Amino acid sequence: MGLTIWQSMQQKGYSRRDFIQFCTAAATVAGLEHSAVGQVVNAFEKKEKPAVIWMHFQECTCCSESFIRASHPVVLDVLLDVLSLNYTETLMAASGAQAEKSLQDTIKNNKGKYIVLVEGAVPTKDDGVYCMIGGKTAESILQEVSKDAAAIIAWGSCASNGCIQAAKPNPTGATPIHKLVDKPVINVPGCPPIADVMMAVVTHILALGQMPQLDNQGRPKEFYGRRVHDTCYRRAYYDAGLFVEAWDDENARKGYCLYKMGCRGPVTYNACSVVKWNEGTSYPIQSGHGCIGCSEEGFWDNGPFYRHLPKFPGFGIESTADTIGTLVGIATVAGVAAHAVVTNVRKKSVIADVHTEDMKES
Amino acid sequence: MSTTLQPARPTMKKPVDYYRIYVWELPVRLYHGINAVAMILLCVTGYLIGEPHRVFYAAEAYQLYWFGIVRFIHFVSAFIWTFNFAFRIYWGFVGNRYASWRNYFPITKQQRHDIWNVLTTDVLQFRVKNDEIDIGHNSLAAFTYFITFLFFLAQVVTGFALYSSMSTSALPSMFNWIVPIMGGEAVVRFWHHLFMWFFVVFMIVHIYLAFYHDYIEGRGTISSIVGGWKFHREDDDNK
Ligand code: HEM
Ligand code: SF4
Repeated sequence: MGLTIWQSMQQKGYSRRDFIQFCTAAATVAGLEHSAVGQVVNAFEKKEKPAVIWMHFQECTCCSESFIRASHPVVLDVLLDVLSLNYTETLMAASGAQAEKSLQDTIKNNKGKYIVLVEGAVPTKDDGVYCMIGGKTAESILQEVSKDAAAIIAWGSCASNGCIQAAKPNPTGATPIHKLVDKPVINVPGCPPIADVMMAVVTHILALGQMPQLDNQGRPKEFYGRRVHDTCYRRAYYDAGLFVEAWDDENARKGYCLYKMGCRGPVTYNACSVVKWNEGTSYPIQSGHGCIGCSEEGFWDNGPFYRHLPKFPGFGIESTADTIGTLVGIATVAGVAAHAVVTNVRKKSVIADVHTEDMKES
Repeated sequence: MSTTLQPARPTMKKPVDYYRIYVWELPVRLYHGINAVAMILLCVTGYLIGEPHRVFYAAEAYQLYWFGIVRFIHFVSAFIWTFNFAFRIYWGFVGNRYASWRNYFPITKQQRHDIWNVLTTDVLQFRVKNDEIDIGHNSLAAFTYFITFLFFLAQVVTGFALYSSMSTSALPSMFNWIVPIMGGEAVVRFWHHLFMWFFVVFMIVHIYLAFYHDYIEGRGTISSIVGGWKFHREDDDNK
């Protein structure tokens, strides 16, 4: 321990030029202005290599898969090199007792300094038996690693809001991280989150030594401050009222807005339409498919994905609020009409009364 | 104030006296009119936002702003509707006895008796003649309006919560904490959309009943919301 980032890069044979390049790229990724590069260089020259623990609980590893596809390979390489990734089930060489020891050592030797990245939700039902590693429940492991952590990042929707594990009826009691630890957690939701966003959040913490600005749901404002819809290139069609009506119609070919096909862009906070995926190649809407809202809490339960509104609970998949509403509306009109008929029959005398008064007047 | 109607044909029953009573003050009538127009606009545009229909054909998007206009009308009506509603609450404290907030809660025994009375004679029609007609709102109607106010509130809260994502101004921003509590914007939208149907059903029943009372009681219920005056029969139980 004790090597700075610059020292460890030197050891690996990087030149000063490479180092400055890396610092510049890191500053860019973290969203800093150019004049802040000096600050980053300074920090990376003095700062110790931070120890990182990457935990995997109830998840599918798509967050890790996404992370290793970041579009700035320099940053990625260096980050993976620079970070002391002391424990991560998917990538580490060690296994069994060795792996456990490495985890314990990291916690012990870096008290208050290490960063915890959590991928996956934590089951809380039935004493947490649904996710155990090395004979310990996910929950107890989480408590152990988070106790002395400098920062905790919740990767992906599982860790941020429960994602598919927490979808109804949530049989394992899957719970997002921020509900289990009493420290501030940076939520980076998405299924998976965008690689470059993950990179940027980590870099931000490394470069500035502080948390990025978060919104009221603990998400970095920089990337989750706007809806996919707000920067979607199909937005002009939305405002014009030009919509795709079927997947294979002329409007789909013309690239009209996918709102009526169930696009969740208007209710989804993410950076897809700006940062995009796979080195800025595309994002779902650009590829012709509506947004499914994967970074929003409970998105699995707000289906079907190809409908604008969620189905009406308890009435089967076909009924929306509008079908129910229309039926109730028709029933009301019918009820009112029936009431009018009954009134004329039952209240003949009352009506006649009013009418005789009428005659008196004339 | 009372005008005695002279019997045209003396052979008929005795003449009836009617009082003219100023029930709905101008602010109340204005509130009602603005509310009605805004609510209809909100329902129509809201429905279109949820279920857009293509009405114009265009070669390119820049030639049109149809959906934008629909949404614009929704938001403008929403603001008018909300402030109008807030004004009405205020008027419930300073207006006349028929506008008072007290009408809207069945607090007195008389009000509860009255609800029962309206239920049995007017709605279910077990009894034929209602000889205790209220001058202002009948207590059942008033209580229904209270329920409606709750829906107003729900619609304002969910509406502004949705609006907060498109605006940085102060009023909508006060509502953005609603979104996580309700479980995301998709859920807020769902409820906001569903509540629309309450207003549709309310309007059907409300308009029908207004006509019903006008017809059965012959006291100018319909015209009262335009001119403010109602007529009360002297031999009826005066409250
Ligand atoms: C009588 C009252 C109202 C009715 C019936 C109504 C109805 C609706 C409906 C049906 C929708 C479509 C939801 C969907 O399917 O996506 C909607 C959207 C919306 N409403 Fe309302 N609404 C009312 C009042 C309000 C108020 C007071 C506000 C406050 C600003 C508001 C703001 C909104 C917003 C922001 C949207 C989303 C529009 C968009 O994304 O383009 N509404 N409304
Ligand atoms: S495709 Fe989706 S995100 Fe894009 S403008 Fe249409 S509704 Fe909004």
